[in-house]
Amino acid sequence: MNLTLHVWRQKGPEAKGQLETYQAKNVSEDQSFLEMLDDVNEDLIKTGKDPIAFDHDCREGICGMCSQVINGKPHGGQERTTVCQLHMRSFSDGDEIFIEPWRAKAFPIHKDLIVDRNALEKIMQAGGYTSCHTGGVADGNALLIPKPVADYAMDAAECIGCGACVASCPNSSAMLFTSAKVAQLAVLPQGKGEAKARVKSMTEELLAEGFGNCTNHYECQEACPKGINVKFIATLNREYLKSLV
Amino acid sequence: MILDGKAPTGPIEQSWDKHRFDMKLVNPANKRKYKILMVGTGLAGGAGAASLGELGYNVEAFCYQDSARRAHSIAAQGGINAAKNYPNDGDSIYRLFYDTIKGGDFRAREADVWRLAQVSNNIIDQCVAQGVPFARDYAGYLDNRSFGGAQVSRTFYARGQTGQQLLLGAYSALSRQVKAGTVKLHQRTEMVDLVVVDGVAKGITVRNLITGKLESHWGDAVVLATGGYVNVFYLSTNAMGCSVTAAWKAAKKGALFANPCYTQIHPTCIPQHGDKQSKLTLMSESLRNDGRCWVPKKKEDCDKPAAAIPEEDRDYYLERKYPSFGNLAPRDIASRAAKEQCDDERGVGPGKRGVYLDYQTAIDRVGESTIAERYGNLFEMYEKITDENAYKQPMRIYPAPHYSMGGLWVDYNCMSNVPGLFVLGEANFSVHGANRLGASALMQGLADGYFVIPYTIAGYLAGITPGTVKEDHPAFKQSVDETEAQVNKMLNIKGKKTVSELHRELGSVMWEDAGMARSDASLKNALKRIPEIRDEFWKNCNVTGEAGELNQQLENAGRLADFLEFAEVFAKDALHREESCGGHFRTEHQTDDGEAMRDDENFAYVGAWEFKGVGNEPELHKEPLKFENIKLAVRSYK
Repeated sequence: MNLTLHVWRQKGPEAKGQLETYQAKNVSEDQSFLEMLDDVNEDLIKTGKDPIAFDHDCREGICGMCSQVINGKPHGGQERTTVCQLHMRSFSDGDEIFIEPWRAKAFPIHKDLIVDRNALEKIMQAGGYTSCHTGGVADGNALLIPKPVADYAMDAAECIGCGACVASCPNSSAMLFTSAKVAQLAVLPQGKGEAKARVKSMTEELLAEGFGNCTNHYECQEACPKGINVKFIATLNREYLKSLV
Repeated sequence: MILDGKAPTGPIEQSWDKHRFDMKLVNPANKRKYKILMVGTGLAGGAGAASLGELGYNVEAFCYQDSARRAHSIAAQGGINAAKNYPNDGDSIYRLFYDTIKGGDFRAREADVWRLAQVSNNIIDQCVAQGVPFARDYAGYLDNRSFGGAQVSRTFYARGQTGQQLLLGAYSALSRQVKAGTVKLHQRTEMVDLVVVDGVAKGITVRNLITGKLESHWGDAVVLATGGYVNVFYLSTNAMGCSVTAAWKAAKKGALFANPCYTQIHPTCIPQHGDKQSKLTLMSESLRNDGRCWVPKKKEDCDKPAAAIPEEDRDYYLERKYPSFGNLAPRDIASRAAKEQCDDERGVGPGKRGVYLDYQTAIDRVGESTIAERYGNLFEMYEKITDENAYKQPMRIYPAPHYSMGGLWVDYNCMSNVPGLFVLGEANFSVHGANRLGASALMQGLADGYFVIPYTIAGYLAGITPGTVKEDHPAFKQSVDETEAQVNKMLNIKGKKTVSELHRELGSVMWEDAGMARSDASLKNALKRIPEIRDEFWKNCNVTGEAGELNQQLENAGRLADFLEFAEVFAKDALHREESCGGHFRTEHQTDDGEAMRDDENFAYVGAWEFKGVGNEPELHKEPLKFENIKLAVRSYK
């Protein structure tokens, strides 16, 4: 199939960016979206032009690097699919595809489709951990964690930290991201001891980094490639209230 | 030169405990005077940086991605081994030690493997304390499953995303130290050279991947936790950015590279769809707990849908060839068995390079929902890539390059022959011998990072004065100048072929000639082709853009340039090792039934290569392997 791409190009953080148009020719259905972009880049290189810069690494949907808004939807809008897992069989011959970076005040653009997500790191550094020192901890089976609790924590822990939730939210809130870690640790006995301090410091950091607050749009859950549920935001809100008492 | 691994003497059961007592310590108040550079933030690097930071050292950690949590450890799926023996099925530290040595085809150092097995239990405890959500049973106890090469259930897991959860545990510990100020993180920063002063590692040169600027960092010790090199095959299960660069730059500064030809081909990966493929996707070995590998018995059945082939016409070849391990035969054996069926023209799927991994028996036994619970995300991943539902038709899989057992040579303290240079995790050669068992990589990364390096680095640092060499030493400027010169050289080639095209060519040669089956002829062909591709790179590659900007083509070019030198040493290692062991299979050295045939009399040693410059013969140094606790035996899984 042959496709027309409109891709956001921007030379640097201060540069004025714009959409440029490219043709993707002879694309196979079995190719992945990024392999299709690789081909476009090979053509650009061969014709002496600057290839499109985009973040990617694992190409199997787990590292959270790839971050493209495709036709207005972070990761392209297919259920539980990251950009790198998107395959060209989801498109048809003659389609026009708009490709843009994550857009949020807290995610300044480095170049083209690559953004700076260090704000998410700062949230994690503010409290996304249990303060256990290496060594000197109890036997793994000393704490019994019933299966439903372990499963709930695992559901929350599946967040890959890509930021699609931020990109899809009208307020650019990072609540889904933050709540996933808060919820995982709040339900586990290992995390309960610091739960109050954790939720306070992580939400403070979230606001300090320039993310918006949550007004219940649920766009984040819709966009999340790992199916992280807004119920974790509810958990975070509950933990936050508990911390005030 | 005969190398000394400095393994402790005496009874192996006490070896690590005794060694920890014998090593010097660094006084708590003195630790903050030492600066340690950690390159790579995967399981080994993240755990190491966090643990060293907690102890009070001044740590600077580097990763090429935008976050320490992106390291490729994140993609590991199936599980982590430990000798807890919770299932009470016969496991012990000794058995894990034994299985790992045997699994490595008797080509690893005994003492290092014993230590690995011993600390494996501490790792599980540490991860639980971090809140890693391991699978648990209904009463709340940790659950286990089996992996290849073992007859006990010793693998702890978190769905099919164990690597992710373990890495996020280490990452959270690391984040705590960043907040505490003991670890400084440099993201989007790639190590491009090792700085050695008077034979001692004293720092690194890095490239800031956003600005393109080259920067110098001094350290009292340099730790490389930079992963494996199977992207030399171009198509592998590695992430796109994984490379041999950090290790290779160390090799060019004198660090010996051990057993580079020991590469692991993982038996169950999604088959290639076409020649635009950029990487291969792993389907966890844990699937072989419930999946049965088969191909049609008759060639003419290969085009039929699987459901149309009756049971009696199916060749469950692993069960046939290896009755006692069956589908859980170790990876090297399972990979060669799959290739054998396809070479016999009984492969399935497009290109006939695939075998079936069938869950029907298990689904009939425990139900689809149980299978979904154990592997859910893996089936989903498979469907996204192939558009096939593995609950309704068997998965198609084929072997793919996955892991490197070879790596920089290190002694028992994880220090290379270059003093002050430590190497952890997949980047070193130490514990997996010629074949790594499944669920052991996660174990090794965390063992090295949490429980080995904090002790062994102290033993080294206690003997040196901190901060004697800093960035103003001329060696740093020299390194930056040399790196800049190489960068400019690449940008000025202005040829016709892209980096990808040349990388694909290298990968194709390596897969055909130095992949699953190697021969004198194939390796000599590789040794002829590699320099040809390398020459073409330097004459005809088109590296776009500038040095002083975000430039992904330049990044890829630098990594390829290193692969093009490294590949030659890899092929030479394979050619010189005239035996078959683990993942290194020489067609001239096999038993009558096609199994690897070792030559313990002549090759029971670690082959550590000293690089002597492009175009010059590398020099081989040997570390003889002594097996005092395990009897050398033919490695059989029948």
